[in-house]
Amino acid sequence: MSQAEAIATAAQEARLSEIVTDALQAARAQGASAAEAGVSASQGLSVTVRLGDVETVEHNRDKTLAITVYFGSRTGSASTSDFSAAAIVDTARAACTIAKYTAEDDCAGLAPRELMAREIPELALCRPWSLDMEQAITLARECEDHARQADDRITNSEGATVSTSEGLEVYGNSHDFLGAIATTRHYLGCSVIAQDDAGMQRDHWYSVVRDAGDLESAQAVGQKAAARALRRLGARQITTREAPVLYEAPMAASLLGHFVSAASGANLYRKSSFLLDQIGEPVFSSGVNIYERPHLRGALGSTPFDNEGVATHDRDLVVDGVLQGYVLDSYSGRKLKMQTTGNAGGVHNLMITPGEQDLPDLLDAMGEGLLVTELIGFGVNGLTGDYSRGAVGFWVENGEIQYPVDEITVAGNLKDMYRGLRAVGADVDTRGNFRTGSILLDRMTIAGK
Amino acid sequence: MTNMLEQVRKSLLEPAGIGDSELGKLMAEVMRNRVDYADLYFQHARHESWFLEEGRVKSGSHNIEQGVGVRAVSGEKTGFAYSDEFLLPALTDAATTARAIAQSGGSGGMHIQWHGGERRDLYRPLDPLASLADEAKVQLLERVEAEARRQDPRVTEVIASLAGVGEQIMVVRSDGVLAADVRPLVRLNVTVLVEQDGRRERGSAGGGGRTGYEYFLDEDRALEYAREAVRQALVNLEAVDPPAGTLQVVLGPGWPGILLHEAIGHGLEGDFNRKGTSAFSGRIGEKVASEQCTVVDDGTVAARRGSLNIDDEGTPTQKTVLIEDGILKGYLQDTLNARLMGVASTGNGRRESYSHLPMPRMTNTYMQAGAYDPEEIISSVANGLYAVNFGGGQVDITSGKFVFSASEAYLIENGKITQPVKGATLIGSGPEVLTRVAMVGNDLKLDTGVGTCGKEGQSVPVGVGQPTLRIDGLTVGGTQV
Repeated sequence: MSQAEAIATAAQEARLSEIVTDALQAARAQGASAAEAGVSASQGLSVTVRLGDVETVEHNRDKTLAITVYFGSRTGSASTSDFSAAAIVDTARAACTIAKYTAEDDCAGLAPRELMAREIPELALCRPWSLDMEQAITLARECEDHARQADDRITNSEGATVSTSEGLEVYGNSHDFLGAIATTRHYLGCSVIAQDDAGMQRDHWYSVVRDAGDLESAQAVGQKAAARALRRLGARQITTREAPVLYEAPMAASLLGHFVSAASGANLYRKSSFLLDQIGEPVFSSGVNIYERPHLRGALGSTPFDNEGVATHDRDLVVDGVLQGYVLDSYSGRKLKMQTTGNAGGVHNLMITPGEQDLPDLLDAMGEGLLVTELIGFGVNGLTGDYSRGAVGFWVENGEIQYPVDEITVAGNLKDMYRGLRAVGADVDTRGNFRTGSILLDRMTIAGK
Repeated sequence: MTNMLEQVRKSLLEPAGIGDSELGKLMAEVMRNRVDYADLYFQHARHESWFLEEGRVKSGSHNIEQGVGVRAVSGEKTGFAYSDEFLLPALTDAATTARAIAQSGGSGGMHIQWHGGERRDLYRPLDPLASLADEAKVQLLERVEAEARRQDPRVTEVIASLAGVGEQIMVVRSDGVLAADVRPLVRLNVTVLVEQDGRRERGSAGGGGRTGYEYFLDEDRALEYAREAVRQALVNLEAVDPPAGTLQVVLGPGWPGILLHEAIGHGLEGDFNRKGTSAFSGRIGEKVASEQCTVVDDGTVAARRGSLNIDDEGTPTQKTVLIEDGILKGYLQDTLNARLMGVASTGNGRRESYSHLPMPRMTNTYMQAGAYDPEEIISSVANGLYAVNFGGGQVDITSGKFVFSASEAYLIENGKITQPVKGATLIGSGPEVLTRVAMVGNDLKLDTGVGTCGKEGQSVPVGVGQPTLRIDGLTVGGTQV
């Protein structure tokens, strides 16, 4: 960050901190016994180029203030995008009005004072990119050109998008906690259509980072998008069968997502999770380790404190297949008679220990089965673990890709799928909050013809 | 419309000191570059929600969303900026930013003659948040929970939520159209958990529309949702593993119409077809369904969740025929894609909020009733699946492959509904699936008003509907080979 940017950020932080302080004061003046407030402000630019021409240029500038008040064990919340002094008081009042009608709830309240983040480590999350509209257009055009020139069968495009955004979040509560997190997010993505006599197939690739210097090149993004669309041409339905399934890394991340949802406090205290009462039990195959690393420098999921001001820290969720703990905020922690794990708002860089095999090695290990490269639909039941989703991918024999497949589903139960996890690849996808290599599962039902 | 327009102007624009001449100046600012079309979208919305679990209303929230979106269109290019403040300097700044998409040298100084559109009243211009006292909202949720628990001792948890939005919007267009709408929207949802011999299952039900909260008191609708959620959960307690493979599938009436939304609706949105990226591109006039199928998108059904007096570009909504007697008839258009394709907007230009760009979206999408009695349809199936309730769905526009996930389904054996089966995803090909419709029931039903459609990160409320349908060959993603 340049000095000028640092000064601008500091000024913005001071202004937002004042709004948080004013909101907490307004809540107290209304009679609240405790309160918390969060302000976020962001701005950004997003440019899409399609078939070489500019399609959209969007300028984003958003802000919001959210207040939660407590009257003993009763609570109410309100939010607004209006930061005027009158609006702050009105919003606090709206939250207080709601708290008049909500019931007593012994578990409601702020997170414990002693867990508030005392130091806020610098995690390299804010790296502004001075990208103007013309530069963004040039980069998007270059990316799409690489995709379109990759092959004659790339006949159409949904365009390439470049976006950059900068955000600042300030959170405070009546434990006298006040903390700020500045972040940036830069994106380059491309989606193209390949066509042959059999029809059209679309696929995409993207890169998303906190520091523009880490962005994949326009050439790499464009060429990967083209290659992914091309390899899907001629996809067909296979017959119904049972077979091993290999989830390509970007799809494997969804398996971690379902795990986090089932391990989350809100689903546990409502008895809505297949992981209920499973701490200490083997929920994954032996050898699987799943852990959280909230302080990874420059990572997309990193944060020094959670949505309640609780300091985040490294921790293990699964060791050698055995579940060690849940994903809790202070409310669900109290409901379960446990302590918050610093996960108000979710997990922060959830990772599974990568193996040493890359994707070709895993295909080889699978021998015959299905490589899944895209999933569609929402057929996951976190209460029972029942799983059934639409899939796109490749049929594999003798460790080699044979042909693309689509119009199939993969089904099973997450409990069995996790215990049947055979290998994790070295090909870790770092573009999101769930970081994993490709994942090979023992056996699922594939429905088709 | 004139009264509504005056009402919205008074409440949104007057306090900010924005009158005709200020609107004219703002528009001139946008049009100073070579812009073909521009619009301003003023929005003010109040959202509230109340949440009950463990027998108590434990939380509630209130949210105000307001701002103005400024869009400038030049050829196929769109420039977009917005402000969350109703202040002239902020709006002028947004206008200057949005027009940067186009080259300088436009007609800036033009004089615009403002005129309002036709009057529509598909719903009452009320604020649902004020339609019931806060105590009564809490009591409604408490009654819902008591009703659910009363149904069966196996009910272990009841979660109920009540949500309402009171929204005013105004569209100001460079062609002089001024249009406004006041849009109420309410929704009530119930989820119950049941437990028997260590097995836990869930059931959900709900509904709503463009009305006040009294809708849930009329005909004891809220209590009916509670009973329905329990019924579904108890059915799921008995459900066995679902079959895997391609089967004859009978879809029940109402909400299973999500089939049409995914398989047909998205693929007929104008943006994908202008760009030629849809599996339906260039296929108008072709047979894409059995002769029994007529599918429409209708934004004009009174008080429905997906209905609008005007779309978010100020165009009155309409009933658009998508498929008639099996033949593909038309696309769903907003102004940008309609202009580029040389047709008229069908009133389907919608946006999530002032901070999002409009695009072609569905309203209420449903299939017209056919000739068959539903009993007759079921008894015609020797071996198949009867699916009556669904979760979400999704479609790949380009390949045409779509999914939708059943949450309540049964086996059909020798013409009889027998064993309930667990939820499974159904997958098919949009351009093909309706060609396999063998029987269309006479029992057209619209859903209860719970649908939300996502596209490019924007969510809008929608409706679906259909009569009972028999499809000869749909892939069922179960686990039993």
